Amino acid sequence: MRKVAIIGVGLTKFGELWDVSFRQMIVEAGARAIEDAGIDGKQIDAMYVGNMSAGQFIHQEHIASLIVDHAGLLPIPCTRVEAACASGGLALRQAFIAVASGIHDIVVAAGIEKMTDILAEQTTEALATAADQEWEAFVGSTFPGIYALMARRHMHEYGTTEEQMAMVAVKNHHNACFNPCAQYHMEVTIEDVLKSALVASPLKLLDCSPITDGAACAILVPAEKARRYTDTPILIAGTGQASDAISLHDRQTLTGLRATVEAVRAAYKMAGVEARDVDLAEVHDCFTIAEIMAIEDLGFCKKGEGGKITEQGETALGGRIPINTSGGLKGKGHPVGATGIAQAVEIAQQLSGEAGKRQVEGAQIGLTHNVGGSGGTAVVHIFKRGD
Amino acid sequence: MGVPRFWREIPNRYNLIGVKCKNCNRVLFPPRFICPGCRRVGKLEPHKLKDRGKIVSFTVVHVPPNGFEGQAPYALAIVELEEGPRLTAQITDCDPNQVKIGDDVEMVFRRVGQEGEDGVIYYGYKARLV
Ligand SMILES: [Zn+2]
Repeated sequence: MRKVAIIGVGLTKFGELWDVSFRQMIVEAGARAIEDAGIDGKQIDAMYVGNMSAGQFIHQEHIASLIVDHAGLLPIPCTRVEAACASGGLALRQAFIAVASGIHDIVVAAGIEKMTDILAEQTTEALATAADQEWEAFVGSTFPGIYALMARRHMHEYGTTEEQMAMVAVKNHHNACFNPCAQYHMEVTIEDVLKSALVASPLKLLDCSPITDGAACAILVPAEKARRYTDTPILIAGTGQASDAISLHDRQTLTGLRATVEAVRAAYKMAGVEARDVDLAEVHDCFTIAEIMAIEDLGFCKKGEGGKITEQGETALGGRIPINTSGGLKGKGHPVGATGIAQAVEIAQQLSGEAGKRQVEGAQIGLTHNVGGSGGTAVVHIFKRGD
Repeated sequence: MGVPRFWREIPNRYNLIGVKCKNCNRVLFPPRFICPGCRRVGKLEPHKLKDRGKIVSFTVVHVPPNGFEGQAPYALAIVELEEGPRLTAQITDCDPNQVKIGDDVEMVFRRVGQEGEDGVIYYGYKARLV
């Protein structure tokens, strides 16, 4: 197996982009990544695209063909992959496997979601299809409702508080203020979060990530060739993916994600690192409780202490293990299929020292954690500075 | 949800019929088509579940999905049935804010949801505090 590196990344602005189309977004993100990598489009061998549901969001399937066509990359192979909100992470992993195997040399890993071309309630309904339609959605479950069931149990078992969950939102909104691509440049207070409208108790509106349009791309090459293109290649040192039951009620625990635990175990092993070696991480904070569970499942603290270390500032910029320096799904926005790639973009920029005001000084090792649905799929990647 | 897709599961939804593996005695609900523990050597048979259980976790849904507008706010819970399986169900016939983890419940037959003004009405199980 060959070692694989990222040589360029690109991101659109995240937000409610009413004046920008699906095809325009992917071209923008792709062009930025190609420019960042200093390659010519003609050199690209293949592309993997993460997308949850263009069929529901823009009534368009077969987007792989549409994307390579509008990107001017015909006739290279393009493959769409889907695992709900983990589609982007999956695309990165498939691109990694394609390069590592030797089948392709220069591969684009992309992610995109156009979520605001339909009404907000239709978007919510489309997102809910990531849950079990027959035994969760049928009885009146919503996506926030499913995470609320985890939050309530986490509070019950570990004493996690609504204030601690609110602190995740406060931190991620703060970080997003330093990210030009983020959907929100708006600080929120613990009060704001606690006073926002109840969605599914104990989760309130400001515990939830928003509806977002956005696209992201990363360009992968064999590590041995990476220096031809850049002085700061970012090595993908480990990748892990795992599955769990689609329905929350069929899982062994409600207070963490087994798929995360299994995926990160595989990724740490492949990279030859442990949780304590990681300098920063982008984790899947689709809801504030999800970040608290993620930092526990990834090994950054003991099970049950995620709320406590958040409260103590350990996950803030300048803390022991900065989490979601980009603003996370909460502050940067969550265009579901793009999220897994956007996380890798943030880590690549951080490890290259290009993260501006949110830079984690001296960062050498970063991690991304992308979850599909309520935890039926998890994908973890570990990145190292190439020097 | 289309009519055939609902109709197929009527025995399971109306009468709480799951499956039991004759090889390992595990009771499964919602029904499955292979025992996840025994796989090919498992032997699944229909099994009517006892209707008692306990609340493992709950939420009160304030923003409901389509088809549930008239019911919000409602309590939604993960219930662990006496025979082991867990399911997601609404907690009915109570003030949703009085539901607690550990509460005992019994499963009851209720109207669950509706597809639009003129659409199909779905029936199935909800849970009631005992
Ligand atoms: Zn069995």
